[in-house]
Amino acid sequence: MEYKLKRIKRRRVIPGFPLSMGITLAMVSMIVLIPMASIIICASDLSLQEFIQIVTAKDVVSGYVVSFSCALIAAIINCIFGVILAWVLVRYEFPGKRFLDGLIELPFALPTAVAGISLTALYSDQGWIGGIFAKFGIKIAYTKVGITIAMIFIGIPFVVRAIQPVLEKFDPQYEEAASMLGANGSRTFFRVIFPEILPAMLTGFGLALARGIGEYGSVVFIAGNIPYKTQIAPLLIMSKLEQLKYTDATAIALVMLVVSFLILLLLNIIQVHATKRTT
Amino acid sequence: MSIKQDSVDLKKGAKITKTVLITVSLLFVIIMLVIPMLILIVYAFKDGFTKYIEAITDTYTIKALRLTIIATITAVAINTFFGLFAAWAVTKFYFKGKQLLLTLIDIPFAVSPVIAGLIFILTFGRIGWAHGFLEAHDIQIVFAVPGVIIATIFVTFPFISREIIPVLNAQGKDEEEAAALMGASGFRIFRKITLPHMKWALLYGIVLCSARAMGEFGAVSVLSGHLRGKTNTLPLHVEIIYNEFKLSAAFAVSSILVVLAVIILILRNIVEYKAKKGGR
Amino acid sequence: MKKRMKRMVALSFVLLLAVEGLSGCKKNSSSSDGSVEITNVSYDPTREFYEEYNVEFAKYWKDKTGQEVTVTQSHGGSGKQARSVIEGNEADVVTLALAHDITAIEEAGLIEEGWINEFEKNSSPYTSTIVFLVRKGNDKDIKDWSDLIKDGVNVITPNPKTSGGACWNFLSAWAYAKNQYNGDETQIKDFVTKLYKNVSVLDSGARGATTTFVENGQGDVLIAWENEAYLTLDEHPDEFEIVTPSISILAEPSVAIVDSVAKKRGTEEVAKEYLTYLYSDVGQRLAGENYYRPTNTDILKEFSDVFNLDLNMVSIDDFGGWNEAYEVYFQDGGIFDQIYTQ
Repeated sequence: MEYKLKRIKRRRVIPGFPLSMGITLAMVSMIVLIPMASIIICASDLSLQEFIQIVTAKDVVSGYVVSFSCALIAAIINCIFGVILAWVLVRYEFPGKRFLDGLIELPFALPTAVAGISLTALYSDQGWIGGIFAKFGIKIAYTKVGITIAMIFIGIPFVVRAIQPVLEKFDPQYEEAASMLGANGSRTFFRVIFPEILPAMLTGFGLALARGIGEYGSVVFIAGNIPYKTQIAPLLIMSKLEQLKYTDATAIALVMLVVSFLILLLLNIIQVHATKRTT
Repeated sequence: MSIKQDSVDLKKGAKITKTVLITVSLLFVIIMLVIPMLILIVYAFKDGFTKYIEAITDTYTIKALRLTIIATITAVAINTFFGLFAAWAVTKFYFKGKQLLLTLIDIPFAVSPVIAGLIFILTFGRIGWAHGFLEAHDIQIVFAVPGVIIATIFVTFPFISREIIPVLNAQGKDEEEAAALMGASGFRIFRKITLPHMKWALLYGIVLCSARAMGEFGAVSVLSGHLRGKTNTLPLHVEIIYNEFKLSAAFAVSSILVVLAVIILILRNIVEYKAKKGGR
Repeated sequence: MKKRMKRMVALSFVLLLAVEGLSGCKKNSSSSDGSVEITNVSYDPTREFYEEYNVEFAKYWKDKTGQEVTVTQSHGGSGKQARSVIEGNEADVVTLALAHDITAIEEAGLIEEGWINEFEKNSSPYTSTIVFLVRKGNDKDIKDWSDLIKDGVNVITPNPKTSGGACWNFLSAWAYAKNQYNGDETQIKDFVTKLYKNVSVLDSGARGATTTFVENGQGDVLIAWENEAYLTLDEHPDEFEIVTPSISILAEPSVAIVDSVAKKRGTEEVAKEYLTYLYSDVGQRLAGENYYRPTNTDILKEFSDVFNLDLNMVSIDDFGGWNEAYEVYFQDGGIFDQIYTQ
């Protein structure tokens, strides 16, 4: 015990642990933990049986499925395009690059309702893009495809901005060395660069996924909201609140929260392991 | 094949890759971001320019803009403060439960905006457990400006720490350790070694955080009470105008948010430019 | 080390409390300096009506008492607004879409029982009803509820589970079918089920449904509140027509003083006068100009060129009152949910 303590002490040669840890824990408690506890307090009015009954109701389960599946697809697409975008923005020079760079944050700055209305106008069968697909009999707005598109829209900044700083710090020398040793482009990318950006990409993926699952404002306009087809889980929370059923609403919210929490926790653990391997 | 031939092929290949990647990026951004923005502008000017000016110079629009700016600046300041300390604690030390702490910081991302507002109602509202205390001290948090600010802080809480942590993780802590062993103070290490490494991440974090804070609707909507000229932020004001069957005016007001985003972007570019010049 | 850490944690907590404690001091309405402030929590879309009304009322109150009155407005979905008052939004008066929303505030103990008889006409200074909005020319020839269940007719209406106002759309259709099939429950259910199977987009609110219908060109007919249908016509003249069905429902937006708040802030008198003045000729005419049906029949007649006054209207009492109707039709597992589980 004595020995162990000493070892830990020796490891912490960098000063500032108590201060930074203290501030971090205090703020996390004030802003996240204490308010979140209210949800659990409120949901604890229910007996376990009631709780299970509410969160496994048929419409609620279908809401989870819609929200989770669309958010997952959106996050994967965001990862693919996010890596490409970040790469292009960091490594290449071309006209209009600054402009492109600046557009990335726009999905955040727009009120979600405005984003939702614009996207619906664009992808409905009368819209500029939706009209093209409608000719081939493909409907985008008011289907799960529409929901996924709205989730891609709100999630893209997370992925791009998570990867960009890591790429910016990454020395191109490594790639040059790799290609000089005979590795081709894709090989260099997957063997040398990809492991470096993987942790950041996972962060972005997790955040985009979590945001998509919880998103309400922009999705609700494009979703169509037909029960059992395109009804998202946050909409069900709203409908419970509309009936002043706070406990039911918090019960559904709690389930969503726990799942998102687990996803993020898992990604954080993977991220730490990935970092260990590369350093 | 000679070595020369090889390197020419390689360069050719790289050029093709570059063109393809740039094209893909541009297409993606145009379809996903530019065209929705065009729609916004089309709607905003649908009723003509004078109507546009009228909408954005309305007294209540300006009051809402003021509140939005106040909330954004407060949220960015507090979250930067938090982000720096949290990143330092998480990346420079070993301790048990690090992943748990990181995930707790992430929670505001995982919370649906609707619920984010609700948790503060359930805490500080009339039905909340802290209400008795607040009432006794005549403090009003929800349905007043502090509630709007707290909700904004909550939804943007992880942004800055989340941007910095991966960069600092990738960098490791050997340099800091060396500096500490040589007797440098914590603040000095931070300023001389850590800050230069993470300045871009910090900048991105601040930009993301302010953009998100400006646009936040869901959480704020639940606990603002929509009091016109008092607790209405710009996104809430947009929704009220929209519900008033004034689509064009609503989009005109949202275009202010786009302009704000552009201003932030310009500021960022200036900082970046100066920093890079100073670095040389 | 441990001690220091504890101290740091404590210090940071105090710091944060100070930040969070930077809360605005409550503004009491001070009547000493000759001015008074009240908050009116209302619903969408009454903004323009109350904007004009507040000016008129301020003039009237100044003449009567010499006091300046400022009215702070709040707008949002009716159910959400009621909830915000229950949760602590300090409204002196509420002017909401449904009596049910005010009853919810009463049940939370903020409004005294019997509020519905405090003002004339069930405390409803103006009323509205449900109509159809169709595209100009009415290609699908939609005249009545029975046309909405035809094959190939695409209907847009909001979801009653998230929009209180949309419950009235459902109940109107039900009232029509009840009359058509002489109260045969199976046939009525069948009719309403067919109608909702024709609904292609079930928006979360009335405004969203209107956007879906008007801007995005979805559907052939929008079921809407009369005042909102007129606002759409204002925004898009020459593109749409209003069709009045043979049977509809009388919707009574209600008003009330939030007694506990008004008492605390000492605004009971001005709040009462604020709502009473809605029944004056000035208030009634303003309501009519904003497409609400005035409850004063003389003034309603002045607007006979706007409103269809021969409409056969049922009222919520035909459904056993709002609470019972809600229980039967919209509660989880109720008739509306059954449409989609079948």
